[in-house]
Amino acid sequence: MTTFVDRRKNKHKSAVNRRRFIQRYREQLKKAVSNAISERSITNTDKGEKVTIPAKDITEPRFAHGYGGVRELTYPGNKEFSRGDHIPRPPIGKGQQGSKASNKGEGLDDFIFEISREEFLDLFFDDLELPDLIKKELAKMTNYKRMHAGYVKYGSPTNINVIRSMRNAMGRRIALGNPLKKHIAAAQMKLKELHDTHEGSGPLAETLQDEIKHLQKRLKKIPFIDEFDLRYNLRIDRPEMTTQAVMFCLMDVSGSMDEVKKDLAKRFFLLLYLFLSKNYEKIDVVFIRHHTTAKHVEEQEFFYSRETGGTVVSSALEMMRNIIQQQYPYTEWNIYAAQASDGDNWNADSPYCRDILINDILPYVQYYAYIEIMPRHHQSLWQAYLDVKKRYKYFAMQHINDRTQIYPVFRELFKRHSS
Amino acid sequence: MKTKAIAKPISIGSEWDYEILKKYDDAIAEVAKSYHLDTYPNQIEIISAIQMMDAYASAGMPIGYHHWSYGKQFVNVEKNYKRGAMGLAYEIVINSNPCISYLMEENSITMQALVIAHACYGHNSFFKNNYLFKTWTNADAIIDYLVFAKNYIAQCEQAHGVQEVEEILDACHALMNYGVDRYKHPPKLSIQEEKNRQKIREEYLQSQVNTLWQTLPKTEKSKDTMAEKRFPPEPQENILYFIEKNAPLLETWQREIVRIVRKVAQYFYPQKQTKIMNEGWACFWHYQIINDLYNNGLVTDQFMMEFLQTHTNVIFQLPFNHQVYTGLNPYTLGFNVWKDMQRICEEPTEEDKHWFPELIDKNWLQTIDFAMRNFKDESFIAQYLSPKVIRDMKLFTVIDDDQKNDLEVSAIHNEQGYQYIREILSNQYNLSNIEPNIQIYNVNLRGDRSLTLRHVQYKRKPLNKNTNQVLKYLHRLWGFDVILESVDSEGKITATYHCPPRATAPSQNNYQDMKK
Repeated sequence: MTTFVDRRKNKHKSAVNRRRFIQRYREQLKKAVSNAISERSITNTDKGEKVTIPAKDITEPRFAHGYGGVRELTYPGNKEFSRGDHIPRPPIGKGQQGSKASNKGEGLDDFIFEISREEFLDLFFDDLELPDLIKKELAKMTNYKRMHAGYVKYGSPTNINVIRSMRNAMGRRIALGNPLKKHIAAAQMKLKELHDTHEGSGPLAETLQDEIKHLQKRLKKIPFIDEFDLRYNLRIDRPEMTTQAVMFCLMDVSGSMDEVKKDLAKRFFLLLYLFLSKNYEKIDVVFIRHHTTAKHVEEQEFFYSRETGGTVVSSALEMMRNIIQQQYPYTEWNIYAAQASDGDNWNADSPYCRDILINDILPYVQYYAYIEIMPRHHQSLWQAYLDVKKRYKYFAMQHINDRTQIYPVFRELFKRHSS
Repeated sequence: MKTKAIAKPISIGSEWDYEILKKYDDAIAEVAKSYHLDTYPNQIEIISAIQMMDAYASAGMPIGYHHWSYGKQFVNVEKNYKRGAMGLAYEIVINSNPCISYLMEENSITMQALVIAHACYGHNSFFKNNYLFKTWTNADAIIDYLVFAKNYIAQCEQAHGVQEVEEILDACHALMNYGVDRYKHPPKLSIQEEKNRQKIREEYLQSQVNTLWQTLPKTEKSKDTMAEKRFPPEPQENILYFIEKNAPLLETWQREIVRIVRKVAQYFYPQKQTKIMNEGWACFWHYQIINDLYNNGLVTDQFMMEFLQTHTNVIFQLPFNHQVYTGLNPYTLGFNVWKDMQRICEEPTEEDKHWFPELIDKNWLQTIDFAMRNFKDESFIAQYLSPKVIRDMKLFTVIDDDQKNDLEVSAIHNEQGYQYIREILSNQYNLSNIEPNIQIYNVNLRGDRSLTLRHVQYKRKPLNKNTNQVLKYLHRLWGFDVILESVDSEGKITATYHCPPRATAPSQNNYQDMKK
């Protein structure tokens, strides 16, 4: 009467429902992800995130009794009460009264749960309005490279390895043909001997000639190339070999860079980091903050401490140049740089910035991206950088005032690598 | 006292495989048979923890249509489970024929045997024989119906978009508790009939609705009769049914979805009404059956220790003043009442003779079998909650009247209190007291087509603050103004809810405008 069924292999059914849930609360989740980004480190991209949705947004309302009227309930475990005892009323919403109703619905805590890395990135990219192709590329975990892995007997015609195949064919022809050739040679020798002894037209000579003809026919029948001579190149997907990159984050932290601007800058750095983490196995991140002088700092300090004063951009560029020279020889490292600023600079400094970039930095870096956040109007730095842009294709600059404008800065970079 | 039969234990250790499971099932089936437990054939499915969470999330439906709320449920269960805030249920059992029970792969053989006894013979026999399940659900057809529902909704999603379907489902779910017939018996579900009738219904329904909403001018005479009559002539308790049949603007497929949600609600309704009995019954039987196995020497001492520990956990009742007290444990209450009925039949005291003259010297098996077939929680407690159980659990009742300053203990476990506690506890499981009594009261057929509902207050209890949101959903289905009036025991209206809110509600709805 009883049947046993093993269901463990079935895939789990709630995946669709979970996706729909996330879809439905996309806006709230985006907000949660956005908050999470300001709190997490930019190098921390391979983890999911704990997100919170306000409970009131996701309740499924039902008709139910509210508090009030007369309620009379039964409880277990009486120790001290007798009939007629009076008990002070516990605070509403807490305690035993109405506990039936408060299990769900009213007074619920915020709904907190974990989303996966994929879901996190998806929401993040959505925020930045990344094109789908790029999203997919960036979210991919490991990168594979097509590698040679020897030769195989079967494959598609485009992968035929001609040299190997011809060599095989030749080997086969030799192997099959040589014994025949030897026979032919021997027969010809004999025939020649017969000729020499003037018995060239006898019956013996005739059979020999027939034999030679026959052998030559067989020799001819050996195909020039046969199916089993063919060899194909085998290519397999190998995880990309370890390469290293260093990413310089340069940011102006003078008084005019407020939290909102820094938050934008953080997304900008994060996006570059994501791109790099996809392409390189080892990434060093160097944080340089500057006002009138530059400082090499940890991430925490980079984003969260504040100083006031004027702005000398060249101080940061000089420091970057020095660090490259001392620690990251360009022959061993792929160098990327991202600079965020609100465009303020001491006027006389801008031409000098341009010179450092052109002479000491850009020749060695793979990509240099500059964003100017919410400028009132472009200042001397922008003009100087426009000069640089004319000279170097992999120098990108953009002024932005909201997060959706970040992506275009990298457009060239992504285009280059995903094509 | 009892001599242990010299039998070999079925298995030793906590590991299990299919062969062992089969042996246990055979042994349990044999014991169950000796007690004449009448069951559907069993289908036992082994699942993983994540699948158990699935089963949780889909509200116990083995096949469910897709909806975000199940995803939310799943995420919630998953996070609690991962945090260790909750263990997973040992078992989930579906009221179907064959009766499907899920066993989690992680469980030890003791747990598996317990679950088999509990679900596959306890719950199973309850599903098959309790009058509520027999009249309201059809175990033969439920799986087919759920498959039909899933496919139908998937088709609708393709034809009309996920968003559109979701909007209807959200609205229906909000009113799910009001999609059941509490008193009227529905015709039994049959998949063939369901399919055959669906097409006919589609055409017929629409024509029906159209007749009701005819906009052709009426003759003077018929106008008069209309004015006198209320529509519906009697208040309707089944709001979703009313919507399905009468909502003016719904498309045919939307009506079908309303119907699906209604049918599913109806299917689960008996489970809500028999929680105490059903869980208690299953506990009673796993306890009886496993003990019999032990007495026959079929299970080891080690097995028994684990069993008893688990059993004790399942029927553990926290006292009311405990930090994490969440109410009466239905397993405990049910188990205690069933167990005590058995005791009263076998070893009655003087007190029992006074309280349960009809049970004295009766065969306990026949007695509990009768009770299992013919009662629901409310009547079961009113009939069988014994003074001993009240004493053992130290039950007491408290009145919370918002017009008084403090709470009052109205009864405790003493001679004067027994009957009173019985009544209060019985009421506590009366669904029509738990859920607000809201019925369709009137439709303004000739005017703005507004729908009026009435909430008859029970003990002056008001509706909670979600009411307006639920009305929004009802408004989505109805398409015109919806009004809800709370009425007290004297027939006085104490609160009125409007959707859309009155201030902005257009007074003269134009049918064409609303149709978009």
